[in-house]
Amino acid sequence: MNSTPTAPFKAHSFNGRPAPEGVPQEPKGPRMSGAEIFVRSLEAEGVEVVFGHPGGAVIKIYDEMARLKPRFEHVLVRHEQAGTHAAEGYAKATGKVGTVLVTSGPGATNTVTGIADAFMDSAPLVVFTGQVPTALIGGDAFQETDIIGITRSITKHSFQVRRAADLAPTIKAAYHIARTGRPGPVVVDLPKDMLAEEAVFEYPETVTLRGYRVPEEPLPEKIRQAARMIRASERPLLYVGGGTVNGNASGLLTALARKARIPVATTLHGLGAFPENDPLSLGMLGMHGTWYANMAVQHCDLIIAVGARFDDRVTGKLEAWAPHARVIHIEIDPSCVSKNVYADCAVMGDVRRVLEALLPRVEPGDTGAWLARIEAWKARCPLTFAQDGKLRPQYVIRRLSRRAGGNAVVTTDVGQHQMWTAQFFTFVRPRSHITSGGLGTMGFGFPAALGAAMGLRGAGVTVVSINGDGGFLMNAQELRVAARRRLPIKIAVMNNGYLGMVRQWQELFHEERYSHTGLADTNPDFVKLAEAFGCVGLRAATPGEADEVIEAAWRVRDRPVLMEFIVPEEEMVFPMVPSGAATDDMILRRFSEE
Amino acid sequence: MPATERKLTQQQILRMKANGETVLHDAPETPRRHVISVRLENHVGALNRVVNLFSARNFNLESVTVGVTEDPEVSCLTIVTSGTRRRVKQVLRLLDRLLDTLSVEDLAPDRLVERELCLLRIGYTKGNRAELMDVADIFRARVIDVTPETMTFEVTGPTAKVNAFVGMMRPHGILEVARSGRVAMRRALVYGD
Ligand SMILES: Cc1ncc(C[n+]2csc(CCOP(=O)(O)OP(=O)(O)O)c2C)c(N)n1
Ligand SMILES: [Mg+2]
Repeated sequence: MNSTPTAPFKAHSFNGRPAPEGVPQEPKGPRMSGAEIFVRSLEAEGVEVVFGHPGGAVIKIYDEMARLKPRFEHVLVRHEQAGTHAAEGYAKATGKVGTVLVTSGPGATNTVTGIADAFMDSAPLVVFTGQVPTALIGGDAFQETDIIGITRSITKHSFQVRRAADLAPTIKAAYHIARTGRPGPVVVDLPKDMLAEEAVFEYPETVTLRGYRVPEEPLPEKIRQAARMIRASERPLLYVGGGTVNGNASGLLTALARKARIPVATTLHGLGAFPENDPLSLGMLGMHGTWYANMAVQHCDLIIAVGARFDDRVTGKLEAWAPHARVIHIEIDPSCVSKNVYADCAVMGDVRRVLEALLPRVEPGDTGAWLARIEAWKARCPLTFAQDGKLRPQYVIRRLSRRAGGNAVVTTDVGQHQMWTAQFFTFVRPRSHITSGGLGTMGFGFPAALGAAMGLRGAGVTVVSINGDGGFLMNAQELRVAARRRLPIKIAVMNNGYLGMVRQWQELFHEERYSHTGLADTNPDFVKLAEAFGCVGLRAATPGEADEVIEAAWRVRDRPVLMEFIVPEEEMVFPMVPSGAATDDMILRRFSEE
Repeated sequence: MPATERKLTQQQILRMKANGETVLHDAPETPRRHVISVRLENHVGALNRVVNLFSARNFNLESVTVGVTEDPEVSCLTIVTSGTRRRVKQVLRLLDRLLDTLSVEDLAPDRLVERELCLLRIGYTKGNRAELMDVADIFRARVIDVTPETMTFEVTGPTAKVNAFVGMMRPHGILEVARSGRVAMRRALVYGD
């Protein structure tokens, strides 16, 4: 097996090939250093916020930022991982591309988790990493890492820019790639000598990438076939994923569901794509989805998957999933089609374009009997929790939801609180729910809220961040960054004294051996922690206190508020489809309560 | 090692049949060897990305050859992998998704021309020298290096021919073999095709 390229890297051409046609070969602009080109390019790209952390390899860029006073804002995060999560939160909340700037070596490796997270959840990011001078690359220089190699399988694409003349076109290409098609993270590696080299600056207006295929227009015959299948169906179900939100197609999806009277179940990332206060909404499906959504899956005769990828958390045991259904799959990424579940009708293309074409072709559906059946399921087994005077986490989330109204963007961390948020918070707008779904990264929630809040300043939206006592501590250092910028983020920490989700599995599947999941001994005083970082800290241990704390938190407008809720450790997330079980084989509640 | 494959469910098979798709076997399809031809940007990292995809996605990779094409900016990769059609289709889509790939094609066995190059070094004595030369002659192998004890042959041909040549030489004590892996192209269409 041969694994070395036969031709040497051609440093004279952008991305290894001649400058794209239409771009003049001899650009006529001012000459400046690579570092200044970098700053000017970000301005030209319309970047508003950069989440970054300086170091030796990028010191030239920071120097230029001090000199040039650029139009974008730089947020100095206190850990590069948090910087990438913040950029993802920014991207998900605003629909724009998130930007990260870090130094070489450890700065770059600290971004890896965030890049992987953005890759799994299709978030558009451009991550600029410093690199040692080109002459030293490969020689184990101080703070050298092969970040391109390390991130190869978790990026949509990556570049190393070896000549200052290539920098502006590469930045243009990076943002284009991150933003278009199925969005994803792009890494741009910047050797230090390139940043000092001088070149003519001209920001190109267009990008030509001959190997990059943006989705084609959906095929009319596929649209017709899908419309026919919808008309013929008696028990259709829309299964809506994050691709609907990313594709800005929530409005069309909602119109389609209402016109054809089709019930809607969403994935974790689909939450908000369809208003959950609409009677057609079934909430979330899958492992911790509602019983009625999963019943609908098992009894429907048609699944219309929109921007979803049939993840194992959704399907459980594939052989038993949706046994009576034919499948329409509307998807931008061909590699997701028929990967896990065979699609009878695959409509490939931009979700928005597909729904635009499909909407006029569907007719008001005769789904009354089917909807009545679903109503009966909803009535029979709604989402519930114990009302026994104790402060239940689900109660807290209901109260937060009510207090925030439809006017909040919620980020969560990973664990039980994430699932309770998905179940008990009512999401009515797209981009109002931001979470780490694909990678399930603890430590994501709070920095993501920081990024969202940066992107939504002045938008009149409340940013709420719901965390566990485990994950919150993984990036709590960013509290001060939020405080410094007077971002009034409402932070909930659900303190159950445990790595709750793992504890739940230990209780259910490992005979209650709670091996190393207790946190009480190592948890800080969260209220003092908040105060030490210049935030407001509040604590509640009863439902009454929780109500008061929430009201007090919403009165604070000039800094973050951390609300610590002391909740029972034994609470579990139900319903639940155990891993590998059939979707309708749900555990509905604690065995002792049955 | 062939990657494990999820079986088609009975219900899927019925649906596929209803849609007029060919379902070869109701039982899981047996994996077959596929030759994939990829035209790739000829720059650093592009090949890595392709090779990486195979390991990251748990696909089997039997051989990869790479070389520059008629266009110096483009290299041509021939990849041999094995898997069911469904699995290989997934590989093709994932390869296609890479920005560095300009075209990706699964070459059907009856539609490709392929060659492999093999260098083979063998120790000889007076007693078997003539016999070795006879075998070499049958396979149109050439001697490209010779010492008083060893001879090095070059043989080119379809993989099966190279296999046969190596097999014939084995009893004589092979010292070293280096094979290129397959290089393939779609057969040009001729009249009557
Ligand atoms: C970085 C990371 N490490 C480990 C895990 C595995 N994990 C998933 S949920 C969870 C527990 C989270 O505990 P906490 O933050 O307190 O949330 P809770 O489940 O108690 O609501 C763990 C350890 C993970 N998802 N991410
Ligand atoms: Mg916890």
